[in-house]
Amino acid sequence: MEEAVRYRRERIDRGIKARSDTIYTLASSRDMLYLLFPRVLPIVALFCLPLLMGGSYWGKVIFYSCIFALLALSWDFMASVGLVSLGQALFFGAGSYVAGGFNHYLKWPMLLTIPAATLGGALICTILLVPVVRLRGVYFSMVTLILPLLFAHLIETLEILGGTHGLLSLTPFPNHWLAVYIAVIAVVIVLFGFRRLINEDFGLVLRGIKDDDRVVMAGGINIYWYKAQAIFISAAVGSFAGALMTHYYQFVGRSAFALDYTILPLAGAVVGGPGSFAGATLGSFILVPLSEALRALGGLRMALYGIILIAALAVLPEGIFHYIERKYHQFERVVKI
Amino acid sequence: MSDEIILKIENLTKRFGGVTAVDQISFDLRQGEFLGLIGPNGSGKTTLINLITGFVKPTAGKITYRDQEITGKAPYTIACLGISRSFQMVRTFHKLPAFKNLIVPLYSPRVKKFGGGKYGERDDIAIDLLDDLGFERDSFVPYKVAGSLPHGYLKRLDLARCIALRPDLLILDELFSGMAMSEVAATLPMIEKFNREGLTIIMAEHRLKELFRVASRVIVLNFGQKIADGPPKEAMGKEEVQKAYLGTEVEG
Amino acid sequence: MEILIYGITNSVTLALMAIGFSLTFGISGLANFAHGAFYLLGGILTWIFLNQLGVPYLFSALISILLVGLLGFLLYWGLMLRLRGLAINEVIATLAAAIVIIEVLRWLGFSGFTYVLPEFIKGSVKIGNVWLDYQRIFLVGIGVALIIFFYLFTHRTKVGLSFRAIAQNERTAISLGIDSDWTAALSLAFGSALAVVAGLAILPLGSIDTEVGYDILIYALAVGIVGGLESIPGIVLASFILGFCQIAVATFFRAQWQTVVTLGAIVIILAVKPSGIFGKYKELEERV
Ligand SMILES: Nc1ncnc2c1ncn2[C@@H]1O[C@H](COP(=O)(O)OP(=O)(O)O)[C@@H](O)[C@H]1O
Ligand SMILES: [Mg+2]
Repeated sequence: MEEAVRYRRERIDRGIKARSDTIYTLASSRDMLYLLFPRVLPIVALFCLPLLMGGSYWGKVIFYSCIFALLALSWDFMASVGLVSLGQALFFGAGSYVAGGFNHYLKWPMLLTIPAATLGGALICTILLVPVVRLRGVYFSMVTLILPLLFAHLIETLEILGGTHGLLSLTPFPNHWLAVYIAVIAVVIVLFGFRRLINEDFGLVLRGIKDDDRVVMAGGINIYWYKAQAIFISAAVGSFAGALMTHYYQFVGRSAFALDYTILPLAGAVVGGPGSFAGATLGSFILVPLSEALRALGGLRMALYGIILIAALAVLPEGIFHYIERKYHQFERVVKI
Repeated sequence: MSDEIILKIENLTKRFGGVTAVDQISFDLRQGEFLGLIGPNGSGKTTLINLITGFVKPTAGKITYRDQEITGKAPYTIACLGISRSFQMVRTFHKLPAFKNLIVPLYSPRVKKFGGGKYGERDDIAIDLLDDLGFERDSFVPYKVAGSLPHGYLKRLDLARCIALRPDLLILDELFSGMAMSEVAATLPMIEKFNREGLTIIMAEHRLKELFRVASRVIVLNFGQKIADGPPKEAMGKEEVQKAYLGTEVEG
Repeated sequence: MEILIYGITNSVTLALMAIGFSLTFGISGLANFAHGAFYLLGGILTWIFLNQLGVPYLFSALISILLVGLLGFLLYWGLMLRLRGLAINEVIATLAAAIVIIEVLRWLGFSGFTYVLPEFIKGSVKIGNVWLDYQRIFLVGIGVALIIFFYLFTHRTKVGLSFRAIAQNERTAISLGIDSDWTAALSLAFGSALAVVAGLAILPLGSIDTEVGYDILIYALAVGIVGGLESIPGIVLASFILGFCQIAVATFFRAQWQTVVTLGAIVIILAVKPSGIFGKYKELEERV
């Protein structure tokens, strides 16, 4: 009888001692490189890509990718406090309309409208959402889903803020480069900022609220106040993205509250891997160009996002980023049993 | 022990649907006292603790802490006033290293008021605290992910979390359940020391023998009612208490 | 009089839209964001059976109800079961399913005046000084019947009681021998079938537009949020508050203000009592 030789895959951490949370012992420049490479690569890539693409159609796609990456980051930040939002469009739309409104009616320059939209939009969203954070479970998702859809209806039926036509001929960016690089820099800052923040003590408290809010309360911390702060931060990022887009399009309409701005960032974050921020960014930079390439599908694009989302949840729930991360930090070998 | 009354409970009642979990309970607690809270399972000890710490809102009654009414206040408000509690079921942040579990109370307004340190300093304070409670700082234990620690350590981690808040009143809910004999023997003196240093303690416990070594007074609950209140010997001698415990297992 | 009659029909319509969603949520804690999509799909399936395949109306309706119910069941067994336990994924999955269904139907072009479902009986009667078509009367009848059925079902029958047991405490329910996955799948199937029933009663009043897939979801959520999910009296009360306010506003101001009423009601209820009028969705009180 043939002897059955069985094999098994074994995962081994790469031999470097620098991966513990608190102990840093860097052995060599090679180890330094090992750690720095994954951090520097995305920055370099983000800064070079627009140069390579120029002002072409794909240059615009880079801009859109950044906008959606910002929204995905803002989703991921709320998710890390345990708030599952289904309404990034609320943040996006609030920022868009505040920027558009100030620019259109008061003729504020872009330098003022964008900060005003970031703060104003965030404030509006926070005030709307704060009452809901007291409830557990899916209530938050439901409210965030319904609010932007209602706002879109409201603007349409009441003919306020430009109604169905929207606010037209807003101040454009002086040139394409400025817009793209503001977006790129914003993504880099938010990405690394969030990654940093979530590991600070403040971030630890936020993650604690997600894991077990009772313990956090027993620790003397007003969880509602911290959730409100998280919503504000997250909404500020989303509103900023909305304001950028408004000036890029030189237009804001009720489509700013459309489901697209909810579902695509959500898909980006889920596909890329929630909880790491890098995943959300990566996911957006994969999905947005992909959906542009599939423009021919027309109306089916939304359905496609839905399918991608379901597939990602069912097949690779950890997300692409965590998968890559694991491959990078561990190698596999086949051993005989 | 001083004469100042730190906690005053008046006719406290809590009903869950048809069950009266806590029934018209009143008592005073003096500064520095060590109170044992005992009773068979389901007699309302945890509910009483939840009421005092604001996790459950009372149906009726009044709770006063240091001349300030705290009935129905939010748990974090009460915690910031200096009432710290542990949980019967271990609740820790499993994914975080053990010492990072203490960051949450160290970040609270209460500890900040005491000058609780800045980012980075909190880690040191946390490790000092854990070291005092038997997580040796030079071993790997305080740095390990909490989820990988044995049950006894998690219980003590919960105790450390309570102490990190710098409480004036410490409430422990069955801290010793699930702990090994040796761990109980090691933890008991620490709690006793906290009490000697002036901390007021309420301890709900099933391990009566250990409890009676430290507690100067016990309250016995049965079906939500207070059936005895006094020094351990006296309280346990009461006929009603004997009856309540009859047929239920008395550990220790 | 006008306000009274239109208010009642409008309110019952809202209750009909919301009832399937609440049923599923009340039983399994599952927010079925595909509710509106199923409503739309049921209507379109019926239309296809009736007009393309020549099946008699009653059968078309029954087949559609069963098919969509089955789809709801499959959505649970095929997808949700894998994700169960992670609330975040369940929520995302039903929303994604909704978008796939609605957008594919939109792409296939199921919108417009050709897509009209027949009324049960044509014609109308005059009540006081208001003309009311029979369809609306049927609608009120169906709505009231469903609400009563729903109430009796969850409070009197064994299956219904086991549903409620799960909603209250899944672990205890399991230990009592109630299969929670099976009941959850059934609850989703029931909820989806109810969405189709609502669609069959409401859709004949106009032509089918894929946008209703989203609109129904909005109304179902609005009613749930205002009334308190999972509470039948809450759903009924919220439907009547919203229904009458909408009609009143439409009569005295302009029809367009109806959305304002909905939004305003949500914002007010969130500020005053976030869990809804009859919401039992406790903020804190669970076992510690
Ligand atoms: N959140 C709750 N909902 C319903 N009943 C509860 C709740 N918490 C406790 N009870 C009931 O209250 C009674 C007292 O429970 P508990 O305080 O946990 O007792 P003990 O801690 O002394 O074992 C029990 O009958 C229990 O079932
Ligand atoms: Mg207990």
